[in-house]
Amino acid sequence: MTAIRLRVNGAVMADDVPPRLSLADFLRERRNLTGTHLGCEHGVCGACTVLVDGEPARSCLMLAVACDERAVETIEGFAGDPVMAALRRNFHQHHALQCGYCTPAMLITARDLIVRERAGSEREIRAGLAGNICRCTGYTNIVTAIAEAAKEIGKEAPNAQ
Amino acid sequence: MKAAAVDYVRPRGLAEAVDLLNASDEARVIAGGQSLLALMSLRVASPGLLIDIARLPELLRVADHADAVIIGACVTHAAIEDGRVPDPSRGLMPRVASTLAYRAIRTRGTIGGSLALSDPAAEWPAVLAALDAEVVLYGSSGRRSLKCAEFTTGIFQTRLAHNEIIESARVPKLSADARCGYVKLARKSGEFAGALAVAITDPRRGYSRVVLGAANGAPLVLADTSRLVAEGRCDPDALRGTIGGDLDRASDRHFDEFQRGLHMVAAMRAVRQVLA
Repeated sequence: MTAIRLRVNGAVMADDVPPRLSLADFLRERRNLTGTHLGCEHGVCGACTVLVDGEPARSCLMLAVACDERAVETIEGFAGDPVMAALRRNFHQHHALQCGYCTPAMLITARDLIVRERAGSEREIRAGLAGNICRCTGYTNIVTAIAEAAKEIGKEAPNAQ
Repeated sequence: MKAAAVDYVRPRGLAEAVDLLNASDEARVIAGGQSLLALMSLRVASPGLLIDIARLPELLRVADHADAVIIGACVTHAAIEDGRVPDPSRGLMPRVASTLAYRAIRTRGTIGGSLALSDPAAEWPAVLAALDAEVVLYGSSGRRSLKCAEFTTGIFQTRLAHNEIIESARVPKLSADARCGYVKLARKSGEFAGALAVAITDPRRGYSRVVLGAANGAPLVLADTSRLVAEGRCDPDALRGTIGGDLDRASDRHFDEFQRGLHMVAAMRAVRQVLA
C-alpha cells in the first residue's frame, strides 16, 4: 500500500492504495465517482477520460499512486464551469447521446477542445474526438452539439474574434 | 483486465533511479505509462517494480543551444505539439506530435518513452532518425550518446541497457531554408501508422534524409531516395523507381504487396512536400 494525497473535484483526499490500482478504479471504487466509465481499460475507447492537472488524460492509463499531489477533475465536478454548462445544454438539445456510456468523457474531451480553441470546424472537432468512441450516435449529433456550444462560448467571450 | 500486483517507487533523482534499476531485474521505468500501463492491463507486461521517473527535474529540462535543442526524456508529446518547448525542426516536430495518438494520450506520453519502447509504428523513432538526432543515455557508468538512427535496432529492440535511462534527445536545428515532409497513413486519426514517411532536406547543412517508419523493424533510411532529394529532383517516374529500389533492397523487412504500396505512397507524398 502506498499513501497518496490528491485533489479530486476541488476536495483534498488522502488514501492508501495498492500501486496497481488505476486512477479510474480509485475514482469509481474508492470514491464512488462512477461517472467516469471504463470501456476497454487499455487506452483505446476514451470512456475514462478525466482532467489531470487541467489536461485530459485516460484514467485507465494512470496509476492512482502517480496522481499523488495532482488535481483530478471528473464529470461530477465542473460546477459553475460555463463551457461545460453550454456543452451539457447542447448535448441535451441536439440529442448527442443515446446510451450515455461515452458521454462523460465526450463532454470532458469537448470542453478541452473548446478551451484550447480546437473546435472551430467540423473537421477539427471530428479529429479532436478521434480518441473517444461512441457506438450509438454515429457522432453527427455530438459534433453538432460541440460546434453549437463552441459558438455560444465564442459569443460570450469578451475577446472573441 | 487489471494489472498484476506491482511495487512502486518515485525516486528523487536520476542516479537513484538507476541504482533502483541495478538492484532488480524485475524493475521497469515508467514515465507517461501510455504504453506500459496498457501492456500491464493486458498482462503482456508484469514488472515487479515500477520506478516512476515522470517528475524527475533532470528529465524535464529543455535547453536551446546554437546548433541543437536538448529535449528532456519526460517532455510530453502535448508540450511539443503546443510549442511549449523550443522547436529545432521548423514545425515538423509539433506537426508530428499532433498526429500522435490522441490528446489525452499526448498529455502524458513522453518522447523518451516513445524511443525506449520503439514500437515499429511509432512516430518519434523515425522522425528523430530523420532529423539526425541523438539520444543521451544515463547509466551507472555515466552518459553515452547514440544516433537515434542506430539506437532502435528492431521491433521493440533498442541499444538501451537494463540499467540505463534515456535522459534526453539532442535534435540538431534545421536551417531557415530547410524543408520537411511528413506523411502518416492510418485508417483512423491517432491510430498507429500503417506507413509513415519523413523527408528532410537542408541544403545549407548539406543534409538530406528520407526515413520510413512502420517498416517491420527499425526506422528504414531510404539511401538512394535521400540522395535524389539532395539533388532536388522531382521527376515522378524517377522518384518512384528510386523509392522502389530502396524498398527492394530492404528484403529483410518482408513487405507484402499492400505494405509496399503503402510505403511507396507515403514516401512519394513526403518527398513531394519537400521538393514541391
